Amino acid sequence: MTELNIKMTKEIELLRLVTVGSVDDGKSTLIGRLLVDTKGAFEDQLLAVRKKKGTTHIASAAEIDLAMLTDGLSAEREQGITIDVAYRYFATPKRKFIMADCPGHEQYTRNMVTGASTAHAAIILIDARNGVLAQTKRHTHILGLLNIPHLIVAVNKMDLVDNDQNVFNQIRSDMKEYCAKQGINDLICLPMSALDGDMVAVRGDKMDWYKGETLLETLETLSALGGIDSKPFRMPVQLVNRPQTAELPDYRGFMGTIASGTVKVGDEVVSVPSGNTSTVKEIVTFDGNLEEAFAPQSVTLTLNDEIDVSRGDMLTHVGDKASDSKVLTANVCWIGDEPLTNRSKYVIKHTSNSVKAMVASIDFKTDIHTLDHLEDADELAMNEIGQITLKLMKPLHYDSYVDNRTTGSFIMIDTFTNNTVGAGMII
Amino acid sequence: MSEQKISEHRLTQLKALEAESIHIMREVVAEFRNPVMLYSVGKDSSVMLHLARKAFYPAPLPFSLLHVDTGYKFKEMYEFRDNYCKEVGADLIVKRNEDAIAKGVNPKEHGVARCCGALKTKGLLDALEEGEYDAAFGGARRDEERSRAKERVFSLRDEFGQWDPKDQRPELWSLYNGKIHDGESVRVFPISNWTEMDVWLYIREENIPIVPLYFAKERLMVERKNFLIPYYEETKDQLLEGEEPKMIMSRFRTLGCGPCTGAVHSDATNMDEIVIEAAAARRSERETRIIDHGSNSMEDKKKEGYF
Ligand SMILES: Nc1nc2c(ncn2[C@@H]2O[C@H](COP(=O)(O)OP(=O)(O)OP(=O)(O)O)[C@@H](O)[C@H]2O)c(=O)[nH]1
Ligand SMILES: [Mg+2]
Repeated sequence: MTELNIKMTKEIELLRLVTVGSVDDGKSTLIGRLLVDTKGAFEDQLLAVRKKKGTTHIASAAEIDLAMLTDGLSAEREQGITIDVAYRYFATPKRKFIMADCPGHEQYTRNMVTGASTAHAAIILIDARNGVLAQTKRHTHILGLLNIPHLIVAVNKMDLVDNDQNVFNQIRSDMKEYCAKQGINDLICLPMSALDGDMVAVRGDKMDWYKGETLLETLETLSALGGIDSKPFRMPVQLVNRPQTAELPDYRGFMGTIASGTVKVGDEVVSVPSGNTSTVKEIVTFDGNLEEAFAPQSVTLTLNDEIDVSRGDMLTHVGDKASDSKVLTANVCWIGDEPLTNRSKYVIKHTSNSVKAMVASIDFKTDIHTLDHLEDADELAMNEIGQITLKLMKPLHYDSYVDNRTTGSFIMIDTFTNNTVGAGMII
Repeated sequence: MSEQKISEHRLTQLKALEAESIHIMREVVAEFRNPVMLYSVGKDSSVMLHLARKAFYPAPLPFSLLHVDTGYKFKEMYEFRDNYCKEVGADLIVKRNEDAIAKGVNPKEHGVARCCGALKTKGLLDALEEGEYDAAFGGARRDEERSRAKERVFSLRDEFGQWDPKDQRPELWSLYNGKIHDGESVRVFPISNWTEMDVWLYIREENIPIVPLYFAKERLMVERKNFLIPYYEETKDQLLEGEEPKMIMSRFRTLGCGPCTGAVHSDATNMDEIVIEAAAARRSERETRIIDHGSNSMEDKKKEGYF
């Protein structure tokens, strides 16, 4: 590594990835394989998962149990399944990746939702022998709702079907058909063997019929992530900074992470819900004041007028306000042990705001096989997906989830257990 | 560079990580009654503290730093801790398990697991209980160890400070659920998504002061198996039979307690060289920590409340 390389490592972009798919389809094995092939794992970590005791040097991936590299809990290694998300990291000269390895087991769907919620790209693994299963569909439907920008279907274990192109083609067309039903038309499909490494970081020589990119090439060249800076400016206020020190007796700064858009000194801004307006005086950071800031920077804004702004309020540009309502309709993934029922009450956490809410109606439950809407549902049980309408104690300012992941998402919190029981995406 | 980057509106990966960490810290201060930051004097703590100063600037830190001391830290660490905390105006609280220290608990006689359990885990749990903290920031990173890779950013602890890895709260988007019952608390890991490499790059980029032991120097060391153990006059009775201290060009990749942390052979005397060395490293930094050896130990310790 040279001076130039140091500079590049600092400046490369971050890409958040997630692996999903049915139980045993090879997600953890794939991540192990990526870590080994990109040198993202250290030798002592590899030795800890060697197959034969006494091995002191790992010469090839065949000598280790790839899935165990990410299955970090003893219970997972005992049962040979993934229970909770593991976050692993690797970098190539082009990008740094944060990889969330999700469990495939239906019981742990909530952990899959956890891992997928922040992803820019998802790899959906399918065991070539089994094809598209119920859990493949559930995960794919959830990815669709979460609006993950890039979906990659990896038909895995090709070694177990003689690397047969027809098997791959069949699964690809099944997935395309399922995805088209929910409006996802942009799918990348590739065959691979996570265990042997074919089409992961290297092509191998067993699937010459496949002419597309390997998985790693695909990941390195996915189109840029940007775009949120060109959306309307939104900054949910996390805290009001009032140092009240001798040097700064009257300072009031509004601290937050810019959810979308760009803000400049002098911009006219409005605080919702109060509707008070002012102009931006300074954009304060520890490294000096900025003329301009953009999503997803964390900054502090001071304003030219003494207006009332507190945690839970949102700053936007005048004339570019978010929607506001006391009634919200949203897609939800239900991840609580107790089912969601009509008229039950929850706390909704939306940006930096927490409000009480009541389920006004369960509009429908989605059949994950057919994607049909079942309109007579009276509850959503754990791992079920549907659309609900909520009545709020006070209005929220929001955007639709497809327009803005941050101002369009919320979690539902059970008021008795304090657990996070629902993931909501505002329509 | 910064001119051009800003006009493109694209954050580099380090700046994206920084923004995420600041967001997490602000959420904790907004939602918890009495947070504290665990400060271990190591490089990760240095980065975490630096990020906290950025998060709340121009206000002073809205929480204290808590150092759970074992009495076995390197003397350079104590010196650095006291000077640096004074320099940045941080309120430092030092807590020790005085009972165990008075009893002379040590790794050689009592074993590493019992020594750590008493001085670190119990020391920490007692200090958190005494201070009535409901949130404690820690500088652990998910890339350190495979059970850490499983932990949430907001990690819920029961009234005994224990972690239940099989039943963690879902954690979606950047919406952290800060609701807890009386007696429960959270450990919060704002630099979860940073790798060792990111930490070194950031220290270099931001000129963050770190304990001089991280830089290579000729030091008096004892070679024990794969480890380099620093030799001090005060601890010469800890030498094993046949061991001879000698001057070795070396540095630390991670800092823990004197008797249980090894150094590595190195010529890296400045940050550029450290970054280059980190990029070429074939073994993980935790390998120089004796506590991590033996099957599954980190997960078990974490369940009991270890940091
Ligand atoms: N032959 C072959 N076996 C594979 C391949 N990929 C994974 N496997 C095997 O499939 C089994 C399950 O792999 P895992 O990686 O644990 O599957 P997973 O998708 O992570 O499973 P869960 O996390 O529990 O849902 C293991 O025995 C792997 O060795 C492959 O490409 N070829
Ligand atoms: Mg797995």
